Amino acid sequence: METNDLIKALATDTRRQGLPLGRAWIAALVVAVLVAAVVFFALLGPRPDAGAALSTVRFVFKFIVTVALAVAAYRLAVAVSRPGGNWRAALSGLLVAPLLLVLSVLLELVAVPSTSWAARLIGTNSMVCLTFVPLIGVIPLVVLLLAMRHGAPVNATAAGAVSGLLAGGIAAAFYAAHCPDDSPLFVAVWYPLAIAILVSLGALLGRFFLRW
Amino acid sequence: MDKADERSLERMLVAAIEGDERAYFAFLEAVAKLVRTWLRRKVTYGSLDVEDVVQETLLAIHLKRHTWRSDEPVRPWIFAIANHKLIDAFRRHGRQPLADSPALEEVEAEEPEVLQSWEIDRALQVLTPGQRSVVTAVSIEGSSIQETARDLGMKETAVRVALHRGLAAIARRFGRT
Repeated sequence: METNDLIKALATDTRRQGLPLGRAWIAALVVAVLVAAVVFFALLGPRPDAGAALSTVRFVFKFIVTVALAVAAYRLAVAVSRPGGNWRAALSGLLVAPLLLVLSVLLELVAVPSTSWAARLIGTNSMVCLTFVPLIGVIPLVVLLLAMRHGAPVNATAAGAVSGLLAGGIAAAFYAAHCPDDSPLFVAVWYPLAIAILVSLGALLGRFFLRW
Repeated sequence: MDKADERSLERMLVAAIEGDERAYFAFLEAVAKLVRTWLRRKVTYGSLDVEDVVQETLLAIHLKRHTWRSDEPVRPWIFAIANHKLIDAFRRHGRQPLADSPALEEVEAEEPEVLQSWEIDRALQVLTPGQRSVVTAVSIEGSSIQETARDLGMKETAVRVALHRGLAAIARRFGRT
């Protein structure tokens, strides 16, 4: 088939086209958050004193850092899903959550005596965190990979990993409402590990699922 | 290509997305030229056929045109897709190094009749018979949707669906058959 013949066929197929990518991403984000909410309330639910805890800075900070991660990961996900998208500009936003975390750890080290550092870091819920953050995030990850596949990411593995990061940020924000461990020392160790499981899974799935 | 040409490409694509077939035809012709020139500078040796990559790029642009945002320049988008498809083609050809390819006599003996055998023709073979006859009618014979529907005794919507699915299947199988 000559190239001109192919062009004739493509031009004849003008009417059928996909949902604009920007709208697809918004839809995927809404569905991912809703699914995460349903799984969270079905499996865990918020801790009993969540309402009162909202007046403590450590509890609230867990949401600030996880939502900051999710927002940055979302912007990066949208950028990497477009050919020629400006992902470098979106990359710097990913620094916000780690910097907040480092800052909070430093403040915590100043605020509490060194004798209680280890206990706060180990916490009581690390295995629950490592289990349930991936569990809350895995279906949202699939939803986000579908949006990514609707796009055209030139690096399938990286696009999968970014989807995992976004799913991880969403899942961790919900999990934070359940977890009794509020110390930044706990958050800085276990949350990234739990999110890394979703990032790895996303990268692995992306490698096979996001080719085009 | 200067700023004015870039603007006209963008206008053509905007019109195409709104359903203007003639604007889309002109856009794809311009893109084919642009990408062909670019590829000829990039592919200077080896067995890779530039026209295969042009065709694969056009298919990808068609199926992924919803990823272009009308407020951003169209050329970086086009070349990111072309580059992605070029890398893909290099990778596939890397699996069959030149040293292993059959001698010239053998190739000629195997394909005596065919003047030019492109990847797209091999991909065409994997379509269902219905899809293949629609794609062939619309491309090589240059029929319209209405003419194809009449000739094949199908409904127009069925022709449109078969065409779209056929093109998507070609894009999936391109270079992998």
